[in-house]
Amino acid sequence: MIAEEGAGIRAAISRAALVVVAAIWLGPYAWMTLTSLKTLPEIVRAPAYPLPSSLQFGAYREVFATVPVGRYFLNTILMAVAIALLQITLALPAGYALAKLRFAGRGRAFALILACLLVPAQVTFVPVFMLLGKVGLVNTFAALVLPFGVSALGTFLVRQALLSVPDEVIEAARMDGASELRIIYGLLAPMIRPTLAALFLFSFVFHYNDYFWPLVMTTDDSVRTLPLAVALLREQGTGVRWHIVMAGNVILSLPVLAVFAAAQRQILRAVTARV
Amino acid sequence: MLAPTALVLALFVLYPLGLAVKNSFFAWDLLTPPRWVGLGNYAEILASGELWGAAARTLCYSAIVVVFSVGLGLALAVALNRRGAVYAFVRGAVFSAYVVSWVAVALLWMWILDADAGLLSSILRALHVRPLNWLGDPDVALVTLAFVSVWKITGYSMVIFLAGLQDIPPSLLEAAALDGAGPLRRFVHVTWPLLRPSTAFVATTSLILSFQAFDVVRVMTQGGPVKSTTIFVYAIYEHVFQNLRVGRASALTVVFFLLLLGLTGLQLWTFRATAAPRRAS
Repeated sequence: MIAEEGAGIRAAISRAALVVVAAIWLGPYAWMTLTSLKTLPEIVRAPAYPLPSSLQFGAYREVFATVPVGRYFLNTILMAVAIALLQITLALPAGYALAKLRFAGRGRAFALILACLLVPAQVTFVPVFMLLGKVGLVNTFAALVLPFGVSALGTFLVRQALLSVPDEVIEAARMDGASELRIIYGLLAPMIRPTLAALFLFSFVFHYNDYFWPLVMTTDDSVRTLPLAVALLREQGTGVRWHIVMAGNVILSLPVLAVFAAAQRQILRAVTARV
Repeated sequence: MLAPTALVLALFVLYPLGLAVKNSFFAWDLLTPPRWVGLGNYAEILASGELWGAAARTLCYSAIVVVFSVGLGLALAVALNRRGAVYAFVRGAVFSAYVVSWVAVALLWMWILDADAGLLSSILRALHVRPLNWLGDPDVALVTLAFVSVWKITGYSMVIFLAGLQDIPPSLLEAAALDGAGPLRRFVHVTWPLLRPSTAFVATTSLILSFQAFDVVRVMTQGGPVKSTTIFVYAIYEHVFQNLRVGRASALTVVFFLLLLGLTGLQLWTFRATAAPRRAS
């Protein structure tokens, strides 16, 4: 009886805690969305009043009118997809060599790759910027994609996944006369599809969101990405018009939240993998 | 097979690293040719106090981020490690902040923390509490940024801890319960020791990642007010793109890299020290 009563109280506390936690993490999104549906006079008059008087899409219209959203969005998607695909393309042969080929210094090569990738973009951006400037690649798509062609996580995950593929499968393919490239991309890649999907989604989301590298490597509208444009919304115009900034925020976050909602499991798989 | 990977790494990691070291011995404004100054750049960042300032601010920011995001992440993981759609939804909500862009998170919190019209200040005023100038007060701004980052990355430690909790055999907890151990004692004597590898992993990775923070500073405070949020990467960025001082930026980069190397060494050491019977995949 006493135990039951205690359990009831505990359930009530845990329910209250759930509501608080949900409010702390979802409340800001709600506030962002509500603000984006207001008008400037409404915000100035009663900034903390939650509900807009009516649904106003003026802020969204203004964002689309002042910023080439479509162009930036396309740039961002293209960049993120190109990086994710390049990482997979390069991680497959590297992971294959590290998992399945015998050669002197294999362990050391693996350690060296992981070590290289402990060097973050924040350390290399100054010299890479100089380097790309020298060959005229600043402000190009290549400057955004190529430096991220190799992913530590990717190489590691592909190697781990390939370790669990029996050697006999590869031997049999070799007997049938398949080339190494055909074995890697035609035979093994489909076998480890879940790993590749997790890697693709993780990399896509990370680079879609990236602000630092595009900020440093581009000045030209033709290659700039959406996070830069949205951050710029706050710096533009006279006074800060928060409804417009929040509308930009909603436009920036929605696609990524949608991807997350649809593929939470795959993304978590890559996040919880330990290198 | 390894050649493409090796090429990319050589071109975009090893060579730039060497270049950073070389540039740190020159004074260079990008307009006139670089001029050899030996250790001059290092002497300058030391003498001007810039290095200590950046290092202290970065450490302070990272310490808050790591302690609070790991602590909260652990608490949430334990509280939300249950079946049911509601729990899954709340877990997703917490983790979603980790998936959303830093830019979106930074702008969103700038608005909530706005000194005049922000939601938080309005609520506090309604409760007759005088709000702080969250982003405009040099004594407060860095702490504010750290807590915005805690909000963003707590979901990361939560999912790592959740993965760790999944690996604890339920029979162990049942046996402890049969021996009469309450929830608190079960946590202290069974769960917590078995989560040590997860804790080591999440604490060191968050430390290394928070050391590299930039976006949140660039968007929310641009290093101010009065340099109070100029952490390492922002200081480097400012030297190159605003002051055109590549040499000084490179000297800071080299020191920053050595610090990261030290932190990574610490990480490897903690992993060894907490090596679990089961290695995570």
